[in-house]
Amino acid sequence: MGLLDAGISKHNVVITSVDNVLNWARLSSLWPMGFGLACCAIEMMATNASNYDLERFGIFPRSSPRQSDLMIVAGTVTMKMAERVVRLYEQMPEPRYVLSMGSCSNCGGPYWEHGYHVLKGVDRVIPVDVYVPGCPPRPESLIGGLMKVQELIRMEQIGLSRADALRKLAEKSIDPQPVIDAERQAARA
Amino acid sequence: MSEMEEGRVLPQSVQQSAAAYAVIREQFRGAVSDFDANETMPFFEVLETEKWPEIALFMRDHPKLKFNYMACLSGVDYPAEEQLGIVCNLESIGEFPHRIAVKVKCPREGGSIPTAAYVWHTANWHEREAYDMFGMQFTNHPDHRRILCPEDWEGFPLRKDYRVQESYHGIKVPY
Repeated sequence: MGLLDAGISKHNVVITSVDNVLNWARLSSLWPMGFGLACCAIEMMATNASNYDLERFGIFPRSSPRQSDLMIVAGTVTMKMAERVVRLYEQMPEPRYVLSMGSCSNCGGPYWEHGYHVLKGVDRVIPVDVYVPGCPPRPESLIGGLMKVQELIRMEQIGLSRADALRKLAEKSIDPQPVIDAERQAARA
Repeated sequence: MSEMEEGRVLPQSVQQSAAAYAVIREQFRGAVSDFDANETMPFFEVLETEKWPEIALFMRDHPKLKFNYMACLSGVDYPAEEQLGIVCNLESIGEFPHRIAVKVKCPREGGSIPTAAYVWHTANWHEREAYDMFGMQFTNHPDHRRILCPEDWEGFPLRKDYRVQESYHGIKVPY
């Protein structure tokens, strides 16, 4: 549950943990690095633009890896680009997150067999937190992936490793189908 | 030209190309092959590879030819003939309506073709790409480097017998 869902309007005092406040601040201002590699980048730009308006989530592309929390690998990573991607990743301050957007950066996509020049998955060179499938993914999918990054951040604590946060997240996961069914039932009523 | 003798009427565009070819044939005789009057892209082949720059310059500057525009230069691999080649699509913008393709070949291993980069500047990057993908050398090229693959890439990707390298700078390449 997010901080703003806690009903703080009745009283002017809210008691929470430092972790909660830090996580809330970090997940509400995810700054991705402003770079795109192929057609997925067009979809990413569309998501940034007014129709889907990523800025309502505090997500707003930065021009420098040193000011970025998140790297959206949007597109085909060539062997030539792979080394640059690693370099950019290393220039980002921790804690940093990587979202692999689209089939190409997930696994090589259509280039998996005959694309001698394509890296078959960006996870061969940098650790990836969230994979968004699609070719290219629709803006809704990208937003879904960014929500997953936010969920991961929400699980983090000072002194807790990324692996532990992921384990916590896995424990808290629920089957979405009953939720979807309930929503549909409510919409029909 | 045999098709014309058989009485088939060539389309006007091919006739124009044939007329241009006749001027080249008259000058270079045995250095160029017979004219191939296919309708998609009429072409001839340069049989004496070292004469290619001379032919190119002639084609660009002759008042009846004026091939002032290189539309494309592609590389080709002929594994059966142990040869590599280029195909140059030439046009004459604003001068004549004719167009023609020129094929130049060289041996597959250690072969070289003289550059046309000094005749059409377009050829500079196109020849670099042909070298990058097929591995033929272009003698006297002003900037003979790979253009797309990394400088230290192994092999020439568009050759028919190309096998991708196992790793590049410690990164696994095949799926």
